[in-house]
Amino acid sequence: MIPFVLRRLVQAIPTLFLVVTLSFFLIRLAPGGPFDLERPLAPAAMETLRRVYGLDQPLVVQYGRYLAALLRGDLGPSFSVRDLSVAELLARGLPVSMTLGALALVLALGLGVALGGLAAARRGGILDHAVMTLGTLGLTVPGFVVAPLLQIAFGLALGWLPVGGWEGGDPRHLVLPVITLALPQVAVIARLTRAALIEGAGLPHRRTLRALGLPPRVIALHALRGAALPVVSYLGPAAAGLLTGSVVVETVFGLPGVGRYFVDGALNRDYTLVMGTVVLIGVFVIVLNLLVDLATAAIDPRVRQAA
Amino acid sequence: MAPLLAIRGLTVAYGGRTVLHGLDLDIARGETVALVGESGSGKSQAALAVMGLLPERAAVSGSARFDGTELVGLPRPALDRIRGARIGMVFQEPMTALDPLFTVGHQIALPLRAHRGLTGRQAATRARELLRLVELRDAEARLTAYPHELSGGERQRVMIAMALACEPDLLIADEPTTALDVTVQARILALLNDLKQRLGMAMLFVSHDLRLVRRIAGRTAVMRAGRLVEVGPTERLFAAPAAPETRDLVAAEPAGRKAPPPPGSPVVLEARNVAVSYPGRGGRPWRPAPRRVAVAGIDLAVRAGETLGLVGESGSGKSSLGRALLRLEPSAGIVRFEDRDLTALSRAALRPLRRGFQPVFQDPHGSLSPRMSAGAIVTEGLRVHAPELGARERDARAAAAFAEVRLDPGTRHRPPHAFSGGQRQRIAIARAMILRPRLVVLDEPTSALDRTVQRDIVALLRDLQAAHGLAYVFISHDLAVVRALSDRVLVLRDGRAVEHGPVDTVLETPREDYTRALVAAATT
Amino acid sequence: MTTAATPPAGAFARLRRDPAAVSSLAVLLLVALACLVGPLLTGHAYDRIYYDYPRTPPSWRAYPEPGTLGPALDRLALRMRVRAEDVSVTPEAVRLTLAADRPVDERVLGFLARSDLFGPARVLARSPDGRRLSVEAPVRRLRFLLGTDALGRDLLTRTLVAGRVSLALGLLATAVALGLGVAYGAVAGTLGGAVDAAMMRVVDILYALPFVFFVIMLVVFFGRHLGLIFLAVGAVEWLDMARIVRGEAMAIRRRDYVLAAEALGAGTPAILRRHVVPNALGPVIAFAALLVPRVILLESFLSFLGLGVQEPMTSWGVLIADGARAIESSAWMLAVPAAFLVVTLVALNLFGDRLRDALDPREA
Repeated sequence: MIPFVLRRLVQAIPTLFLVVTLSFFLIRLAPGGPFDLERPLAPAAMETLRRVYGLDQPLVVQYGRYLAALLRGDLGPSFSVRDLSVAELLARGLPVSMTLGALALVLALGLGVALGGLAAARRGGILDHAVMTLGTLGLTVPGFVVAPLLQIAFGLALGWLPVGGWEGGDPRHLVLPVITLALPQVAVIARLTRAALIEGAGLPHRRTLRALGLPPRVIALHALRGAALPVVSYLGPAAAGLLTGSVVVETVFGLPGVGRYFVDGALNRDYTLVMGTVVLIGVFVIVLNLLVDLATAAIDPRVRQAA
Repeated sequence: MAPLLAIRGLTVAYGGRTVLHGLDLDIARGETVALVGESGSGKSQAALAVMGLLPERAAVSGSARFDGTELVGLPRPALDRIRGARIGMVFQEPMTALDPLFTVGHQIALPLRAHRGLTGRQAATRARELLRLVELRDAEARLTAYPHELSGGERQRVMIAMALACEPDLLIADEPTTALDVTVQARILALLNDLKQRLGMAMLFVSHDLRLVRRIAGRTAVMRAGRLVEVGPTERLFAAPAAPETRDLVAAEPAGRKAPPPPGSPVVLEARNVAVSYPGRGGRPWRPAPRRVAVAGIDLAVRAGETLGLVGESGSGKSSLGRALLRLEPSAGIVRFEDRDLTALSRAALRPLRRGFQPVFQDPHGSLSPRMSAGAIVTEGLRVHAPELGARERDARAAAAFAEVRLDPGTRHRPPHAFSGGQRQRIAIARAMILRPRLVVLDEPTSALDRTVQRDIVALLRDLQAAHGLAYVFISHDLAVVRALSDRVLVLRDGRAVEHGPVDTVLETPREDYTRALVAAATT
Repeated sequence: MTTAATPPAGAFARLRRDPAAVSSLAVLLLVALACLVGPLLTGHAYDRIYYDYPRTPPSWRAYPEPGTLGPALDRLALRMRVRAEDVSVTPEAVRLTLAADRPVDERVLGFLARSDLFGPARVLARSPDGRRLSVEAPVRRLRFLLGTDALGRDLLTRTLVAGRVSLALGLLATAVALGLGVAYGAVAGTLGGAVDAAMMRVVDILYALPFVFFVIMLVVFFGRHLGLIFLAVGAVEWLDMARIVRGEAMAIRRRDYVLAAEALGAGTPAILRRHVVPNALGPVIAFAALLVPRVILLESFLSFLGLGVQEPMTSWGVLIADGARAIESSAWMLAVPAAFLVVTLVALNLFGDRLRDALDPREA
């Protein structure tokens, strides 16, 4: 298991390198710069700023410096937020995004597997149709439609929950963003679980279990473990979906998360902030995929031995 | 004494389609009854209906009383006190009948814990005994193994151990050896026979293979198209079949011999020191795994009008050799076709010569492109070798080719899936024959077919050979078909030739143990 | 006559018998047709601003409402520096006398025509001193079936025009993904070996990239052209396509019928044309059908962030973003484009699902 993890970590290096390089040059090659304000700065002031931030150096030198700093774990100063380093900014945003993402993932898994299981058990029934319809809607109604609807219903009309803000992670402020974020993933996981369970029910080894006269409890255990494979492999794409969704959710609900920093950073041409966010997200995606692989190996002995 | 299992008027229907029509059958305690029929005869449906394993959309009616308990319509909890405990079942597919995610030990323990209430440790002890009972090598270590680490035969032994875990009164075996190699088949059959004696249980043995049935069952019931056509003592059934359907089945065993080739007929194919190997698994770019040798140093020659049988178990390299002879697989050594050395030619240079040597593959589903019409499939070779032909002329040739393989030419515009397995194999043969080849490599062309269909294909192949003086390389694991079709036999094991000679000599007086085992397994 | 490759006729027959597939396709065609010709029939231009009708709720009624004309005339008169007297309003026209202390310049009548309420006015009579002008102006009757937006633009027209943009983007970006993915996947799958391994390793690496964030960077830094957006979206989505095509090509090349064709002496191009492409087409078509809604969703996501289509051009995402901002006062601004988007996406997904099932050879 440990060599496997090490090998995967080594394999992740080119990916991370590509992320850094691609985003670095993409940002720097774009027209415009971080200090293009509406009222242009005096040339001398501009020159000073550029020198302070090392932007007067050739691109390759800047790239080399950035890589060297990155290896030390230094993401550089933010261009748009005075007196704060990118690392400090991200350290503020990360807990927000992680809390949202983790809660949404747990909700999506719990609710998705439960709904998918119910639908499969009542295949063709009203419940099944309801879950499948919900699944299609969850996949197609975008988060930026769901979010305002939730705000209206629970925030304004019923007045149960606040419509936005973070307030130090007050649980009441988390409910609506987490639901918005989780909904499409609930839909996919429910559909996946249902499909896996229905396909599994027709497999020869499931018939073997029935031929052995085993109680439904034991058969359900086998069914769930079999269905866990596609669901676990979906967690990688699910995390990517949550990342994308967090941008919308953090914008609509006004939450100070990493997704919001990214969009603001991009709009303000805050080179280092954008870079830092992308690196962070890249690392996150890599680690998550590794965890998914480990989970798959834990479930399936064939994968374990291939690894 | 009342029978252990009494089936009366058992009927299975899907929608409006009835696949089993009122089956009546008794099985006494300790008795082995065989249920025989070709695919679609309803034999497996009957077995699954008794076990309550049919899908929900199947409508089951009639009666199956097991030791006084009516099984048809029995509620799940009551049924589960019988299934696995008093009736065990073994299935055909050893590769998929075990859950790949759980260890062998866990799966064998399942019925013991459910029906006997054993604790985990007790169940493990009993599982170990059971694995020894089914003569699984290395039983101790196999408890913690996963199904994919076992061979097909070993998995079938595990299946049997599970079915026998609670010492059932009745074992239902649904084609338990069909997916296995012949030598493994024989051992599993012997094991079942032996266990049945020792445990004193009754057995319902479902099979399409009359030879197997003869070796194991005291009584045999013959089915066709969902109906029972005849039931009686097995030997009587073979000696004096009453129903025409039974006669047909008994006569479906490949019989007759091929006429020897005319003396002095020219050598069509000659191979010297042919070897095939594949890249090994695992390994690193800087240290590749050793290549896996599939075929090593084979010499052979085939004359016009002659058939060479290539015989061996799965993994013996016979199919790789067949593809190497057709230059469809990179290989070492020399392959000469007529007077050309094929191994020296590039792919492009080989192309015009290819009409002289053609393959027919085993799987009639996989060897026909599903998106083309049957006629287009048959004439594909003409597009390459006779591009001057127009669509009309090609179509005429397709119709003629259909007639030659005894298919209705009117059906040539249909897609492959509109044909039965045997018809599809005729289409594949027509595709090869339309080019008028001198050599045809037949890779298990009859293995996926029912016996009666097989007999007709063998007859067709023999007629075509006689009419066109074809040379055949006939690859098969089925010695009965090999005997009916071949002049000489080459026996392969692990890619090497272990025996080579006239078919009668090799099959009547095999010199090698391996050949002897093959022959013993295949003969009654 | 034998044809080289019959279309998967069974698949189409199955699709025709499938009520869900037929109805979702009908909905799609309806939406597409509406978006294509609808804007010509609504009587409004998508960028025409009716200053008199901002945030008008959806209604069958024609505007202006009779009671509102009097006050509106008074306001107009104020701007014309006249008094409106003897006002008589019929549903079709309004008659009034413009009175002032000085002679009335006829050019002020332009105010009437320029307002969204009236058509060009006609002078009926003029008093000898020119201080009183009797005029008749037709009432301009406007309908905003689905209301107007915050600026007073007809929401139905805007939604339909936005639909053109969204659908076109969906199709174009899918085409980009399809082109890239099929070419890449087919080459990798057909060549196999080390080339395939290298090409697929590249795909694996790209897979791990946070691509949506790259798209955002791309449009932020390089401007918000339509072309760039669909290029970016297409570039994100081609990876899956490449994997599918490559997997299919590999699987098909291992099939016995390809081996048989090789044995017949067919060359690689012929094998690709007659066997690989027709048999790989099914899953590719099905995946492409499911890709269109994903692309539309991605575009609307970008537009929602203000990174997509720019004013006055619009797309469903832009409209939904506007609607979300105005949701408390004018919920229809969100409801209308969201309904169009959701109906289209549901229909596309449903149709894609059914198409995939129908093309599955196991169903044959």
